[in-house]
Amino acid sequence: MLPQADRREIAAIFVGGALGTLLRAALAEAFPQPPTAWPWPTFAVNIGAALLLGYFVTRLTERLPLSSYRRPLLGTGLCGGLSTFSTMQVEILKMLDAHAWGLAAGYAAASIAAGYAAIQLATAVVRRVRVRP
Amino acid sequence: MNVLLWVGVMLIGGAGSVARFLADGVVAAAAGRGFPVGTLAVNVSGAVILGLITGLALGHDQALLAGTAAVGSYTTFSTWMLETQRLTEERQHRTAALNVAVSLALGIAAAGLGHLLGAQL
Repeated sequence: MLPQADRREIAAIFVGGALGTLLRAALAEAFPQPPTAWPWPTFAVNIGAALLLGYFVTRLTERLPLSSYRRPLLGTGLCGGLSTFSTMQVEILKMLDAHAWGLAAGYAAASIAAGYAAIQLATAVVRRVRVRP
Repeated sequence: MNVLLWVGVMLIGGAGSVARFLADGVVAAAAGRGFPVGTLAVNVSGAVILGLITGLALGHDQALLAGTAAVGSYTTFSTWMLETQRLTEERQHRTAALNVAVSLALGIAAAGLGHLLGAQL
């Protein structure tokens, strides 16, 4: 069974996802990286998307009135399309395959630490702004 | 610069994001709350498919559309991190650590499995 999903919500996810994917793909094409180099394009979009998602979700759930299309457009669509898990895993796999153990471990650890910190930071920034009475 | 190719990237990226939303919803509804299984299922299944696509050694444009656009948009890093951080906020440190470790371990294994499968085809 599919969960309830209205057409406007799906359309918002589609538009946001298309934009996020375009940005991520353009960066990946502009800065191709060999398998044993730090994957800056993927790292940048992932951390950037985490920062944006932390901001959007906290603001939309704790600060702004309920809206039916903002979270699908900005969160699920834009940030979801901009960030990628699978590319990161394949990059780690290629590093392991090239026996670049330190790089693989460092890339995984740095992505998780920076991604987590980005959510934490964006959330804290939104919460510092007091709700208007 | 091929305009049609980039229009394709956008359309496929939009569709991949919608597919993620639907798959996440189905899995999360079946599994219930507690552990973010929906995102895990999406990310691990996407890692298998991307591994497989990499193993196939496609041409540049095909790899861009099928890999970067379709599977790249289907999986998500940002939601994985958001859910982990929110679990920590709710003081569910074990579940949060488990979410990081399980996703990473299964993700790499899935990508490796997919790569093997793709190289066989």
